[in-house]
Amino acid sequence: MSEAEKTSKEGTIEATELKEDYASFVGRKVLFILLSLAGIAVLAGVAATLGSANITPVEVYSTILARFFPGTFHTTDFIDTIVWQLRLHRVLMAIFAGMGLAVAGAAMQGILKNPLASPFTLGIASAASFGASLAIIMGAGFVSGQWLIVGNAFIFTMLASLTVYGLAKYKGITPETMILAGIAIMYLFSAMTSFLQYIGQAEQVQEVVFWAMGSLGRSSWDKVGIIALVTVVCTLALMYFSWDINALGAGDETAKSLGVNVEFVRVLCMMLASLITASVICFTGTIGFIGLVAPHITRMVVGGDHRFLLPASGLVGALILLAADTLARTILAPVILPVGIMTSFLGVPFFIYLFLKRRKDYW
Amino acid sequence: MVKITIKDLSFSYGSRKILENLNLVVGDSEVLSLVGPNGSGKTTMIKCIDRILKPKGAILLDGGRDLQSLSRQEVAKYIGYVPQSTTSVLTTTVFDTILMGRKPHMGWRVADEDIDKVVDIMKLLHVEEFALKDFSELSGGQKQRVLIARALAQEPEVLLLDEPTSNLDVKHQLEALDTVRSIVKKTEISAVMAIHDLNLAARYSDSLVMLKNGMVHAIGDPSSLLTKENIRAIFGVEAVVMTDLDRPYVVPLRSLNAEAV
Repeated sequence: MSEAEKTSKEGTIEATELKEDYASFVGRKVLFILLSLAGIAVLAGVAATLGSANITPVEVYSTILARFFPGTFHTTDFIDTIVWQLRLHRVLMAIFAGMGLAVAGAAMQGILKNPLASPFTLGIASAASFGASLAIIMGAGFVSGQWLIVGNAFIFTMLASLTVYGLAKYKGITPETMILAGIAIMYLFSAMTSFLQYIGQAEQVQEVVFWAMGSLGRSSWDKVGIIALVTVVCTLALMYFSWDINALGAGDETAKSLGVNVEFVRVLCMMLASLITASVICFTGTIGFIGLVAPHITRMVVGGDHRFLLPASGLVGALILLAADTLARTILAPVILPVGIMTSFLGVPFFIYLFLKRRKDYW
Repeated sequence: MVKITIKDLSFSYGSRKILENLNLVVGDSEVLSLVGPNGSGKTTMIKCIDRILKPKGAILLDGGRDLQSLSRQEVAKYIGYVPQSTTSVLTTTVFDTILMGRKPHMGWRVADEDIDKVVDIMKLLHVEEFALKDFSELSGGQKQRVLIARALAQEPEVLLLDEPTSNLDVKHQLEALDTVRSIVKKTEISAVMAIHDLNLAARYSDSLVMLKNGMVHAIGDPSSLLTKENIRAIFGVEAVVMTDLDRPYVVPLRSLNAEAV
């Protein structure tokens, strides 16, 4: 073979080779998703073994399986009670809440094209805090009884999103108008919360502060059910719009030229992300960081294609929150730290490591 | 044969008129360039044809259908848009960027057929060697080729290009326009581009449209249109027009209304 032939052969890449390269590129993303799923399954088992009563991982898994296959697996009443009534719903709450916050964050970053966007960008966290404060300090709200705090937090969160939508709609739905409207709403609700805290009594204010730190301590099976349902349905809906969100990343004009109904997609995804966030934080209080950083960590591994980024972010968020909550329960046992504190302690070093190690520019 | 007939196209931002009663016909397998000074409406015109902006008037396709009555997705199957210079904000590879062009044709799942088409287009535009590189890591000339590839993946009848040579050096300017012209002649689609450089426009276009203040000043082939008088009228510039390789080329001499400092 002559020199010239050699170079021309090296210079062209065969079509089949290109297709194989792309297939393995996609395969790596799928592998990451499968590994994350396996990681969650293992960590969930470990999390359920940790606590004041000593149970081995084998006992945990056989207790779980005993519910589904009563003849094949066996357990004791004591372990059954610990696992099913005390620990498992909290573990599942961590998984679905972490998933929801991370998916909402990935969607918000995608539609706002802003690396600093999170589920809380549109003033959602401060609206939820205000709703909860109103319930705790004034005892006032839209619903009554045990759902007062939860209902208030949820309703004010959705009100904040609708207001942001209304303000942005007036000026045209762009990332800039939405973020500016969100910041205005955030300061408004923060000021109102501060006012309530100023006139509230010491123990009420303390309760508000604890609520805002975020905790999974208030979990129960019905709450898990609600969060799981909303998170899964909204995640699937957001994934349905993956291509549209991808197209938005190339700019509004390009997205329009590719057939995307830009404003509709942006508003719908914002509402879905807000709905997930509202349903999660009304039960847990504001758990920051996950919605911001889980999508970033995931993007570094699987890239910017939302078909994979959305579900993978959800799984990474679930892993982080589950790990954080497990640590928060055990690290200073019997004292249980609020998980909102733990998420940052756990996630920030990992995030900084990835951020420094990878050279590519992610935005 | 005609690809697009534009009738009485007008567009205004609020009360400011940008385009006024434009009439234009884009023929089959034709490269048509929009030329004119800054603010004359070249880019706006491109965006109106693709309905990125909402103009008044009719944009008729060859079956007589009005583009204005079609859904965005239908428009995307007929018209491919190559934006001026995008810095892609979100991370995507070259392959995924071009695959995005299949969006009007595919559902959520990517079919093998879509992958095949992307691969063919990558080979056509010689971008296959950086298939899995990030779009943001490419040079200006490579980015331009990838954006043209994405528009071609839409399998459009008409390609719209907004300043395809801005940000490119001389070599890449020629390459980009060579690519556009050869694709137009090979695949029988048509291209409409907004372009500043009169000499490049003259060399690569079948016809020119001179725009001034949102109105058509003149339409015709480059040789008949690029005259001293026309250039003075639309740009306010004194110029000499020469002919080389059967194409006119313009040497600008001085601005007519500039005061010497």
